[in-house]
Amino acid sequence: MVVEALKREGVEVVFGYPGGTIMPFFDFMHREDIRMILTRHEQGAVHAADGYARATGRVGVCVATSGPGATNLVTGIATANMDSVPIVAITGQVPVDMIGNDSFQEADIIGITRPITKHRYLVRDVADIPGIMKEAFYIARTGRPGPVLIDLPKDVSVAVGDFTYPEKVNIRGYSPVVNDNSQAIRRAMDLVGNAKRPVIYAGGGVITSEASAELTAFARKMGIPVTLTLMGLGAFPGTDPLFLGMLGMHGMVAANHAVCECDLIIAIGARFDDRATGRLSEFAPKAKVIHIDIDPASIGKNVLVDVPVIGDAQEILQEMLKLAKPLPIDSWREELMALKRDNPLTYKQDCPVIKPQYVVEKIYELTGGEAIITTEVGQNQMWAAHYFRYDRPRTFLSSGGLGTMGYGFPAAIGAQVAFPDRVIFDIAGDGSIQMKIQELATAVLNELPVNIAILNNGYLGMVRQWQELFFDKAYAFSCLGQRTSCPRQCNGPDEGCPPYVPDFVKLAEAYGAMGIRVARPEDVEGAIREAIHSPKTVILEFLVAREENVYPMVPAGAGINEIMIG
Amino acid sequence: MDYTLSVLVENHPGVLAQISGLLSGRGFNIRSIAAGETEDPTITRIIMVVAGDDRIIDQVKKQLNRLVDVIRITDLTGIPSVNRELALVKVSSTISRRAEVFQIVDVFRAKVVDIAHKSLTVEVTGELEKVEALIEMLKPFGIREIVRTGKISIARGENSVEKTGESRVQGS
Repeated sequence: MVVEALKREGVEVVFGYPGGTIMPFFDFMHREDIRMILTRHEQGAVHAADGYARATGRVGVCVATSGPGATNLVTGIATANMDSVPIVAITGQVPVDMIGNDSFQEADIIGITRPITKHRYLVRDVADIPGIMKEAFYIARTGRPGPVLIDLPKDVSVAVGDFTYPEKVNIRGYSPVVNDNSQAIRRAMDLVGNAKRPVIYAGGGVITSEASAELTAFARKMGIPVTLTLMGLGAFPGTDPLFLGMLGMHGMVAANHAVCECDLIIAIGARFDDRATGRLSEFAPKAKVIHIDIDPASIGKNVLVDVPVIGDAQEILQEMLKLAKPLPIDSWREELMALKRDNPLTYKQDCPVIKPQYVVEKIYELTGGEAIITTEVGQNQMWAAHYFRYDRPRTFLSSGGLGTMGYGFPAAIGAQVAFPDRVIFDIAGDGSIQMKIQELATAVLNELPVNIAILNNGYLGMVRQWQELFFDKAYAFSCLGQRTSCPRQCNGPDEGCPPYVPDFVKLAEAYGAMGIRVARPEDVEGAIREAIHSPKTVILEFLVAREENVYPMVPAGAGINEIMIG
Repeated sequence: MDYTLSVLVENHPGVLAQISGLLSGRGFNIRSIAAGETEDPTITRIIMVVAGDDRIIDQVKKQLNRLVDVIRITDLTGIPSVNRELALVKVSSTISRRAEVFQIVDVFRAKVVDIAHKSLTVEVTGELEKVEALIEMLKPFGIREIVRTGKISIARGENSVEKTGESRVQGS
């Protein structure tokens, strides 16, 4: 019945891992033509479903067994919840009358996931399956999307019942439809019309609501500069002259200056996260705030808002576009454009060692900016955000809210399943790739030509960067080559350090993938080209400058205008 | 200050756990919480008293509203309403001092509902202040145990919460 419901919802692929209590589901699945991708760990399945959902805008589906299978989903569910990604996670559960007995492979996954799901169901009766499945998909994808978990006891999953799939959903406590907001839109446009120094601050909500075209048209028509959050990258063209770059902790000078000095901030589908705002007292202190968001709880949570506009960003921007006309703000725009021109991202490829930024820049060039990029978390994530310019939505898939290491590779698998012909790069660090490296088997066996570009610096790079800057360069347990023979106090690499651990090329080959190690800057281009054209899963291991830092940087807790340039 | 929210929720297992988990997880401060079935057995009403300021309570309401199982939230703070709490107080009292306790209980229009050789149990219903004042008066005798329900509230007049209540919270 669950499988039948998946068909009714138009699900084309499920990512999962079987086990005792979920075996009946898998037995039904193998008789159907829904694609099933067997991952090597449940966390891989949930991240892959998440990557699929972010790349397509559809609901991603993953399945795991009870107990450890279900708890292995937890990090991935929390990841999706923080970034408002629609997924339906189905977990096996022990039979109904054994629940609560500490049965074999029993975990109260409903209780465990309560704070990290949008909603969740324990199915106690086979007759409830169609209604619950319908509701789960509806809740996952509507309003502010999010993960929904369905806990399916084994006896319920084998029970027989009438299958009538409901056509409509009626949940009295849940109505994502928004009341008339035309008055709020008019008030917002009055503020915009009178602004001298406005800036648009847009986030992932624009991508979720498919409002990129409307945002772009609106900003261009009115001539208002745009900054994006990490989650928003791609919502506005990265190559557009009005784009100031990402804001926040690793934001561009022009972007951070713009939000500090503006008199009006137009927040769209963004939630004033601390990584974007820095110390709140320094964030847009002189500005009125318009906040457009589908989730009323996002409004007024961190920042006081003058005009809240609740609803779907696309619909609201369409209305605002009707009232848009060019603003006479040339001097403000020129001030920001000058800052943007004078403070470009910089690094020096001046040594015989590869700079990580150079690798990302080359991936951008050689893919013509057309690749889907996924990232892990840390320095690799920030360089991927800085040196690849995202012109289109759903091309930058990254764990922004939770900051989950190990996200990028399975997410790339999910995206590649959705788009078999697109070039996909997971920009990874040598630390985070090892959190989900076993999914190499999944990628190879499913013939997914995912490319993994490991920026291998032998460190947990972002931790090391913070240690260098804020902990007197004491590299405590951030070196991935640390041996028992190493001095307890270490302030940096020397000749005695192992060149790399593990040998990623051998590892790739062990899984049947292609592995290429690149140590010299002049070999970077050739290796990337080879990966792009190879039909295989490829690991590109770039041995990069070990102590390269991500700049610009605003220290944690500082004002967003206190920028370290490096 | 304290805010009183009347929250209608689906009568499902785990809903109360979810609400208390949400409030504690986000650092909100619940003073009391009382739950019971309503005239519709599929709906539970929760009366909760939450400490904070307007901005905090705004967030509490919005976060509660995000929960699929929350049907309606009404802020009874400042709305004319009948507020009651029930407390059972077990007080040490030997025969020689019983009369004093009875006197106090009388003044507060409370009731003695159980008597033993060395203790008696008082039942009091009323506004929070009355309950606390009585407890204060009983302290000198030695309080062995207090059981309180937490506050319950209902709006005065003919309108029921369902009709007067703000529906889904919109905006701030």
